[in-house]
Amino acid sequence: MTVLDTPAWRPRTDAAPLLPDPEPHRLLGTPAAARFDPALLRTLYGQLVRGRRFNQQATALTKQGRLAVYPSSTGQEACEVAAALALRAQDWLFPSYRDTLAVVTRGVDPVEALTLLRGDWHTGYDPRAQRVAPLSTPLATQLPHAVGLAHAARLSGDDVVALAMVGDGGTSEGDFHEALNFAAVWRAPAVFLVQNNGFAISVPIAKQTAAPTFAHKAVGYGMPGRLVDGNDAAAVYEVLTEAVERARTGGGPTLVEAVTYRIDAHTNADDATRYRADSEVGAWREHDPITLLEREMAGRGLLDDTWRRTVADEAETMAAALRERMNADPRLDPTELFAHVYAEPTQQLRQQEAQLRAELRAELEAGREAGRPS
Amino acid sequence: MTTATRAADRAAAPARKPATMARALNQALRDALAGDPSVHVLGEDVGTLGGVFRITDGLAEEFGEQRCTDTPLAEAGILGTAVGMAMYGLRPVVEMQFDAFAYPSFEQLVSHVAKMRNRTRGALPLPITVRIPYGGGIGGVEHHSDSSEAYYAHTPGLHVVTPATVADAYGLLRAAIASDDPVVFLEPKRLYWSKADWSPQEPAEVPPIGRAVVRRTGRTATLITYGPSLAVCLEAAEAAKEEGWDLGVVDLRSLVPFDEETVAAAVRGTGRAVVVHESSGFGGVGAEIAARITERCFHHLEAPVLRVAGFDIPYPPPMLERHHLPGVDRVLDAVGRLQEEEG
Ligand SMILES: Cc1ncc(C[n+]2csc(CCOP(=O)(O)OP(=O)(O)O)c2C)c(N)n1
Repeated sequence: MTVLDTPAWRPRTDAAPLLPDPEPHRLLGTPAAARFDPALLRTLYGQLVRGRRFNQQATALTKQGRLAVYPSSTGQEACEVAAALALRAQDWLFPSYRDTLAVVTRGVDPVEALTLLRGDWHTGYDPRAQRVAPLSTPLATQLPHAVGLAHAARLSGDDVVALAMVGDGGTSEGDFHEALNFAAVWRAPAVFLVQNNGFAISVPIAKQTAAPTFAHKAVGYGMPGRLVDGNDAAAVYEVLTEAVERARTGGGPTLVEAVTYRIDAHTNADDATRYRADSEVGAWREHDPITLLEREMAGRGLLDDTWRRTVADEAETMAAALRERMNADPRLDPTELFAHVYAEPTQQLRQQEAQLRAELRAELEAGREAGRPS
Repeated sequence: MTTATRAADRAAAPARKPATMARALNQALRDALAGDPSVHVLGEDVGTLGGVFRITDGLAEEFGEQRCTDTPLAEAGILGTAVGMAMYGLRPVVEMQFDAFAYPSFEQLVSHVAKMRNRTRGALPLPITVRIPYGGGIGGVEHHSDSSEAYYAHTPGLHVVTPATVADAYGLLRAAIASDDPVVFLEPKRLYWSKADWSPQEPAEVPPIGRAVVRRTGRTATLITYGPSLAVCLEAAEAAKEEGWDLGVVDLRSLVPFDEETVAAAVRGTGRAVVVHESSGFGGVGAEIAARITERCFHHLEAPVLRVAGFDIPYPPPMLERHHLPGVDRVLDAVGRLQEEEG
């Protein structure tokens, strides 16, 4: 008898059910799409069109200097929209810095959602009121937060699921590993969505991981991995909804990889022509999430021109309102920087605040003396 | 604690007996868990084993594994999940096994724990206590004796406290857990087995975080110190009597917030100050304190503010650590140098 035959060691799980299917799950354009609720297709379509317009508008605002930076999710709208729609009101979303669109789709005021990217110092929205965590800039660090929150909710007997989003590059971070491991060991009601958009800034996935797919990583933690076409809004919605419900009913966490593509550069500050060919982008444009959904809906007679125009007009109205609100200069109070460092400012912070106030007063005086309007 | 329960405790209080700092910390955790269902203890080996220093001894048994949880072995994961738990309204008390093993969690601490209140404009305060056994003097092999306080003290948004007495260990830990701000609670591990007369039935008042305490008044010079070096300074003050020196000793207890008033008042009274700590001096907490004393008390100073600190070397191995740790002689030497400055 070897050590491996002793009862102390045995494999704890059959790995097969945890493995992702070799091909990404698809619905649109397949016979299986017939089971998908037409009303839901309409909702997805409306949100995708709105989301695309939001991405375009936000990108335009960076060119006008109204946003400090915008990491666009153009081409990835199906993931963003489905992530927000798969959740119920009581659930929490943990977005990465690229996921403003998911935050907005979840119902956060767009101007509030863009506060950090605008160059302000705070998140803009109240995470607890919206059940949306702050956009996380350090990669993958929000994933353990999602696990902790999901765990705490379950300890409290609450019916709450946490969905956390991360990029393909982010999966290489230690926090990704620690979060998935904690989630699986604690059977936390958490869902992890990897948006595999091909690149981490300039680094392609082949240089990021040697795993067969990102979804395969799940098996090592003892949770199911699911692979889905990230541009197929119906499929992403279906897979995420299943994973969320599985978590809700005590089935533990799931890792979902959505295979998609980043159409725009990493941010407005990035030059994507240095690391990828236009032809590659062109091929993905053929597989655009809005086109895929339009084709399906048109085939089933769910898309007439009038409604299409209504959706487009609504998106345009949203963009115009956003533009107008973002063009108003935000009022920032620099002394507020000291207000939320601690529950009570320390003696040192109070002194520094007083110093800043004096400087601001002096600036104002100087402005008056120079005859500038204050 | 209500006045009524405190009175009841007093009535039943047995004579105070010698208790260790480890015992007082354990009692603080026990009382915090019993008093508030949102308090949760988590870390490596904190459950069945009771922690490698036994600070969490018996807690899992008494409160269940959900309140005192053995986590997977991952410091970023421990602190990162604690962030999520705190976001949901719990009060996590995290144990890092040793000073140098807290470093994997540094990013969570600096990027999220310290900033969440600020970046959410007060909407998401994180009442997390991070307990870290720190410092040398126990013959630990490498990575088991770091004094990491300067890293934490340099990060706005964190409170950093460290007890030097058994009573403060209890009181400060209760205060840390009750705080709505994250607190890095540094436990001087060589004081874990130090004893004082203390009764768990009659714990000391919980001191507010951010108050230093004058352990001894003096006229010749003021020693300013904290945590593991307090005992050294008190011993030095005793020994200094032979030289005819009367030394005051201030125990900071809290590095952030820093109690400038107590320190400045004590230094003004003597005109001479030595800051004593065992962590490296360069860029250390002592440098900050010395600078502030100079700014606040310049005209009262008879001599430059001196620092007695550990050398600027990686923490030495057990067989050499006594050469690194500032002892009574180095403190007295510094006080001697202050006297030479006269006139
Ligand atoms: C811990 C950390 N390291 C580096 C960066 C800088 N950085 C920002 S985005 C990015 C690439 C992220 O790629 P991926 O996770 O694939 O997400 P995507 O941008 O494709 O959505 C890098 C390296 C960061 N934000 N955080």
